[in-house]
Amino acid sequence: MDKPAAPATADGWEPKIVAFFCNWCTYLAADLAGTSRMKYAPNTRVIRVMCSGRVDPQFVLEALAHGADGVLIGGCHPGDCHYQSGNYKALRRFRLLKRMLLAFGIEDERVRLEWISAAEADKLRDVVNEMVAQVKALGPARLGTPPEDWAVGLEEEADEEVEGVTV
Amino acid sequence: MSADTNGQPRIGVYVCHCGTNIAATVDVEAVAEYAAGLPGVTVSKTYKYMCSDPGQELIKEDILANQLDRVIVAACSPSLHEATFRRATAAGGINPYYFHMVSIRELDSWVHTDIVEATAKAKDLIRAAIHRVRFHKPLERARVNVNPAVMVVGGGIAGIHAALTLANAGKKVYLVEREPSIGGHMAQFDKTFPTLDCAACILTPKMTEVGQHPNITLWTMAEVDKVDGYVGNYQVTVRHKPRFIIEEACVGCMECIEVCVFRRGKTPDEFNLGLNMRKPVYIPFPQAVPQVVVIDQDACIEFRTGRCKKTCVEVCAERNAIDFTQTETFDTVEVGAIVVATGFKTFDPRRTPSYGYGVYPNVYTAMEIERLVNASGPTEGHVTLRDGRTPETVGIVHCVGSRDVNTNEHCSRVCCMYSLKLAHLVKEKTGAEIYNFYIDIRAPGKGMEEFYNRVAEEGVHFIRGKVADVYPEAGNTGRVVLQAEDTLLGRVRKIPVDMVVLATGLEAQADADEVRRTFNITCGGGGFFMERHPKLAPVSTFTDGIFLAGCCQGPKDIPDTVAQAGAAAAEALALVDKGFVEMEPNTAYVVTEECSGCKTCIPLCPYTAISRVDGKAYINPVLCKGCGTCVAACPSGSIRQNLFEDEEIYEEILGVLANA
Ligand SMILES: Cc1cc2nc3c(=O)[nH]c(=O)nc-3n(C[C@H](O)[C@H](O)[C@H](O)COP(=O)(O)OP(=O)(O)OC[C@H]3O[C@@H](n4cnc5c(N)ncnc54)[C@H](O)[C@@H]3O)c2cc1C
Ligand code: SF4
Ligand code: SF4
Ligand code: FES
Repeated sequence: MDKPAAPATADGWEPKIVAFFCNWCTYLAADLAGTSRMKYAPNTRVIRVMCSGRVDPQFVLEALAHGADGVLIGGCHPGDCHYQSGNYKALRRFRLLKRMLLAFGIEDERVRLEWISAAEADKLRDVVNEMVAQVKALGPARLGTPPEDWAVGLEEEADEEVEGVTV
Repeated sequence: MSADTNGQPRIGVYVCHCGTNIAATVDVEAVAEYAAGLPGVTVSKTYKYMCSDPGQELIKEDILANQLDRVIVAACSPSLHEATFRRATAAGGINPYYFHMVSIRELDSWVHTDIVEATAKAKDLIRAAIHRVRFHKPLERARVNVNPAVMVVGGGIAGIHAALTLANAGKKVYLVEREPSIGGHMAQFDKTFPTLDCAACILTPKMTEVGQHPNITLWTMAEVDKVDGYVGNYQVTVRHKPRFIIEEACVGCMECIEVCVFRRGKTPDEFNLGLNMRKPVYIPFPQAVPQVVVIDQDACIEFRTGRCKKTCVEVCAERNAIDFTQTETFDTVEVGAIVVATGFKTFDPRRTPSYGYGVYPNVYTAMEIERLVNASGPTEGHVTLRDGRTPETVGIVHCVGSRDVNTNEHCSRVCCMYSLKLAHLVKEKTGAEIYNFYIDIRAPGKGMEEFYNRVAEEGVHFIRGKVADVYPEAGNTGRVVLQAEDTLLGRVRKIPVDMVVLATGLEAQADADEVRRTFNITCGGGGFFMERHPKLAPVSTFTDGIFLAGCCQGPKDIPDTVAQAGAAAAEALALVDKGFVEMEPNTAYVVTEECSGCKTCIPLCPYTAISRVDGKAYINPVLCKGCGTCVAACPSGSIRQNLFEDEEIYEEILGVLANA
C-alpha cells in the first residue's frame, strides 16, 4: 500500500497534478504523511490556501489551461472547516465547476474535491495514488483557453442551486 | 490580472539539506543551481540546517550585502519554521512578509524515494515561490488586546492543576466541569501507582483549594455551549444544568439525604459505577467540591409525581437551599485563552464479548475494582464478589480494548501499571492468588520498572498471553476459566478464578467530536485532541489561544497529566500576560472602486465581517479571519486577500506548471 503509483508510462509522460490544500486539515495531513514517512506518487504540486473556500474555480481552470492533467482540492470534513463553513462553499462551487468542466470535455477523474482531515495521512496518500493512476490512464489533459466570461454569474447560480441547503 | 511587481525583485533562495532529511532524496545543489538561473534570483544557496543560528544569520547577512528584497527558504513545513524565517527576514531589515516558505521535506523528500522525481518536484515548488514572491507586499501585524482571564474546561486533575497554576499567578480563571463535583477519574482511586500514595490525600487539598480560591469561579454541572471570538478575545457561553439546589445556600450538611422519603437508594451510584445505590438527593462522594448536594430529576418523586412529602425541603427550612423550579441557565464570559482538559473514558468491555463482561457477574472492570479497594467505596475497601464471598483467585486481563486493531490500536499507557497496582492492593486485602495475563509489560517512566519488580516479588503470577476466552467452570463453582496461550511456555493455559479484572483501556470521550467542534480544534488518531506539534508544541492546538492538558490529548498517567497541565497553564499565561496578540495579516479587503455592490459576499462570511457601507462592501479587518471564501466568490474580483492575493496564487499555478 505504501508503494508509489506505477512508474512513468512508455513515452515517459508523467501526469502533473496541482493540488490546493487547506491550511488546517489537508495540508496538515500532508505534513503528517511526511513525518510518518509514507510514500506516495510524486506527481502532485501543492499550493497552500487557508481554506478550501478560497479556491476560486478560475484557479482550477488556469491550472488545466497551463498544462495540469488533474486538480485536487483538499479540505476539512463537513462540519470541521476551521472557518465553520468554507468547505460547504467550496463544495457548491465545485459542483457547478464540474458540470462545466464535463461540458469542456474534462473527465470526471481529473478534478477532485476530497475531505481529508489532519489525522488522515493515509487517506491523503491513497487519494493521491489513486488519482495519479486514474489520470495516467486517461492520458494528458487538453483544455483550451476557456472563454473570458465563463465564470460570470457562477456565484449567483451557485446560490440558486443550493437554496435551502443548510450549512 | 494586474501585475504589481514592485520593480525587479532581488530574490534570495535558500535550500536546506536538513542534515540528510532532504539532501538524501533531493539533489539540493542541483536545485539551488537551477533556482540561481531563474529571473529575479540574486543569490541561491544551500545550507545544512537553515533553521540553525548560522542559517538564519546567512539570510540576514545576504539581505544586507546583496540588497535582497525577497527571501525564499525551501526546507521543512511552514507550520514548523515559517515564523523563524520571517524573523530572520525582518532581522535583515526588510518586511517579514517578503518571505515565503516552500516545503520540500514533508511534501517531498520524506514522501518520495526517487531522487530524480523528488528533485524535479523541489524545482517546481521553488519556481512557484519565485513567481509568487514578486507579488508580495509589506504587511503589518495588527495588535489586539488580550483579555487576561482564562477558562479551563474539565475539572479532573489536569484541569485542577492548570486552574490553580493560573489562579496562583493572579489570573481570573473560570473552571467548567460537567459533573456535580470536580476530581475526575483520580477522585475514584484509592492508591496511585507507582508510589502507592493515597489518591485522596494528594487530590483533596487541591480540590479544596480550587473551591476556595478567590481567583477561581468554579462552575460544576456546566458545559461550554458556544465559543465566539478569536485568540485573546473569546466569548464563551456556558450552559448550567439545574442542580435544584441553591449552591450558595447549601452547606453540605446532607440532612436532606438522610430524611429523603427514599429509605434506601434505588439509583445506581455513578461514582461507584453502579456497585451500590444512591438516593435521588445525594452528594457524589464525601470529598466532593463543591460540598453541595444535587437532586437527580429522573429519580426524585417530586419531579415524577409532584406529590412528594418533600421531607428534604422541611429539614432545610432554615437555609432553604432546595429549589425545584431551577432551569437551565446561561452565562457568557470573556476570556483570552482556554485550556481544554476534558479527560478520557474507559473502554466498554461489552464490545469484546469473549471476556464475558455483563454476562458473568464476577467479571469486573478495573474502575470497579478501584472502587472496591477504596476505603470510602461501596464496600468500605473490602474486596468481595457480588455474592459476598472473598475471592481466592483473581485473574487480571491486560490490554482490554488497547493494542488491538479491532478496538483501539493504541497502547493506553497506564493499564499495565494500574493492573500491577490493583494486583498489589487486592493481594494485600484478600491474600488471593493473582494471575496477570499480559502481552508485554510496559513500565517506562520514573519508578515504574521498580514498581513492577516489587509487585512481582510479592508473588503475583505473570502469564504472557492474550486471553482468548472466558467461560464458566464446570460444576457450578461460580468460577470462570481464563483461557490463554502462554507464549513463554508455548502451551494453552486454563486458569479458573473467582474474580476477573479487565484492564480496560483509555479512549477519547464519547462527545470528543462535538467538544472539538465547539472549540474549533482537531482530533487525531483514536479521537484524542490533536496537539499543534507532537514535540515542539505539545499543548497548543491549531487554534491560537486554545491549549490542551491531560488525557483528552492522549492516554497518560497522573504525573504526565500534571506536567502537561502545568505546561498548558504556562502557555496560556504567556499569552494573556503579554497583554496583546499580533494577528496574522491574512485578512481580506475590498477594492471599493471595483465593488459593484452586488452583496454576494455578505452572507458568505462566517464571522459577519462584511457589511455594506455607502452601497459597497466593507470588510472589518478585526473580524475577518482570513478564510478567503468571499475572495473566491466575488463576481467582480474586487475582494483581495493579503498573503493569498489572486496574483500570488495564479503565479504559483504558473510556476509549478512552467515545465509541464
Ligand atoms: C483504572 C485506572 C486506574 C488508574 N490508576 C492510575 C494510577 O494509579 N496512577 C496514575 O498516575 N494514573 C492512573 N490512571 C490514569 C489517570 O486516571 C489519568 O492520568 C488522569 O485521571 C487524567 O486526568 P485528566 O484530568 O486528564 O482526565 P479525567 O480524570 O478524565 O478528568 C476529566 C474531567 O473533565 C470533565 N469533563 C469531560 N468532558 C467535559 C466537558 N465537555 N465539559 C466539562 N467538563 C468535562 C470530566 O467530568 C472530568 O471531571 C488510571 C486510569 C485508570 C482508567
Ligand atoms: S461580492 Fe464583490 S462586488 Fe459584490 S458586494 Fe461583495 S465585494 Fe462588492
Ligand atoms: S476572508 Fe473569510 S473571514 Fe474574511 S471577510 Fe472574507 S469570508 Fe469573512
Ligand atoms: S479550513 Fe479546511 S476547508 Fe476550511
